[in-house]
Amino acid sequence: MMQRFSNPVLMKELKLRFRAFKSFSGLMFYLFLLFIFVGGFLSVFTQFTGTGFFRPSESFIMFSVISVLQMALVMFITPGLTAGAISSERERQTLNILLTTTQSSTQIIIGKLLSSIAFLILLLVAGLPLYSIVFLFGGVSPTQLITIFLSYLLTVVAIGSIGIMFSTITKKTIVSMIATYGAMIFLGAVTAFLFFVGFSLDRMPTSPVGGFSTNSPITFFWASINPGALMLTVLYPELGTELSNLTGISMPNWVVYIIFYSLITVVCLWIAIRKLRANMKHSR
Amino acid sequence: MIEIKGLTKKYGSFVALDHFELTIDEGVVCGFVGANGAGKSTIFSILATLLSPSEGDAIIEGKSVRREPAEVRKQIGYMPDFFGVYDQLKVEEYLDFYGASYGIPSDKRKILIHELLELVNLTEKRNEYVDLLSRGMKQRLCLARSLIHDPKVLILDEPASGLDPRARVEMRDILKHLKSMGKTILISSHILPELSEMCDEIVVIDRGKLIAHGHVETIQAQLQGDKHIKVKILNKLNVARAFFEEDPLISGIDIQEDKNEITFTYKGTNEQQVELLRRALQSNIPIFSLTVDEKDLEDVFMAITKGADI
Repeated sequence: MMQRFSNPVLMKELKLRFRAFKSFSGLMFYLFLLFIFVGGFLSVFTQFTGTGFFRPSESFIMFSVISVLQMALVMFITPGLTAGAISSERERQTLNILLTTTQSSTQIIIGKLLSSIAFLILLLVAGLPLYSIVFLFGGVSPTQLITIFLSYLLTVVAIGSIGIMFSTITKKTIVSMIATYGAMIFLGAVTAFLFFVGFSLDRMPTSPVGGFSTNSPITFFWASINPGALMLTVLYPELGTELSNLTGISMPNWVVYIIFYSLITVVCLWIAIRKLRANMKHSR
Repeated sequence: MIEIKGLTKKYGSFVALDHFELTIDEGVVCGFVGANGAGKSTIFSILATLLSPSEGDAIIEGKSVRREPAEVRKQIGYMPDFFGVYDQLKVEEYLDFYGASYGIPSDKRKILIHELLELVNLTEKRNEYVDLLSRGMKQRLCLARSLIHDPKVLILDEPASGLDPRARVEMRDILKHLKSMGKTILISSHILPELSEMCDEIVVIDRGKLIAHGHVETIQAQLQGDKHIKVKILNKLNVARAFFEEDPLISGIDIQEDKNEITFTYKGTNEQQVELLRRALQSNIPIFSLTVDEKDLEDVFMAITKGADI
């Protein structure tokens, strides 16, 4: 039974990844960044108030900022972990041997993706003690925390899939890396820019209802697929309501986010699986 | 058994493999000879299911590389001409990973790995990191890897390339052992004298086309063309000269009177050559030495690939 569900590529990748010093140093660097931020935030806020204590509202601000910061870090790290998954095997001349084993393309691709995600989950879990400092001061519900972590997971899987896809279809890791970071910048920054452009256009005086559009699905779409916007609407639900009022779309933005990022994942993994044995037709 | 039927591979207008037809019986060790770019690696890549043919098909143990690549992979062990290793894996772990990749249960893998390491003489290195092994050891490890699922067919692309003489001898001994195990082995190599010693059959490829296929001696005879024979006699030089000039298969007679030596070009087969010698002795020509300047496979290879980029 265990044999059926075992994935040799996943086991090998985990072994290689956790043996490498760069994984350990990467984890240390990540935790160090979080520690600097949390420590800095606490000391700055307690000095501002001059009281030496920390209010629940300030704790929530810290939680919000950490959440957005962690999303940014995860989005930045994911391409680095996945964009070389297949192309590095090709460069190392180990891919051909791997492709002549009886492992299916699906097994190989999923193994590569899961091993990268496993490391990212380790990063997130390792950061939890620092994260949980906010619970000392209150102001954050466990549901919010779980929702935030599920958002991370979906984003990581989607960006990881993009990385794996580029890694499969390009020959060089550097090209794949650039393409994946490009996609990540598009999702994280360009969508925000397009949202603000759309939002500004909708508010122009030529708009039929005196400056505010009643139905702007494109603007709503750009906001809905932006990871930062998702974080903010999860943390501050009133922002989500405001977005619906501004764009005239009543659907919650997280629904669009889940559909869009799930679609990206499925499409990218499908392309990667099909293209892994590109020189052999009809291979899965 | 391997049947290659009209195998063609085109890259745009360039034809890497041109309607290649070949049948290799079970248990045969078949050496592929040809210059770089002749099409050896293309054939091997197609047989290893890494490359899809433009036309034709290859059937390995009854499975088509076109239609049933997953089934073909169970039947073959492939060793590419260039390969890398994972730098953070130990020798045992390396083999264990590939064993798992072929779906071999964990308990069986342990026994197999032990046997394979003994076969390739790497038992002492089982806990070493793979990237720290020498080139020869890596080649032997890669060979062990290709055997992990006990394939019926081994496809070895230049297994001895880049090895020092000792490592070549070790590799050759392992391959001889595998031959005795009844594996069908396809092997390409530039080290032709060693290849001819090991192989039952030879396939000669040039510019994607099959030039010759058969037993090593037959191919040598087919490709080497005329023989250059040197005969040394005690005396009766003129009698000998008259005798050899009468034979229609002999041409280019050259006589060195001071050495009592006659050299000529002979077009006949080995059997005709025996008959020639018998008649000469019957004619009382006092021959005390006859040497045939035969080309070895290396010369044959050079002759075939003359002008090609080697």
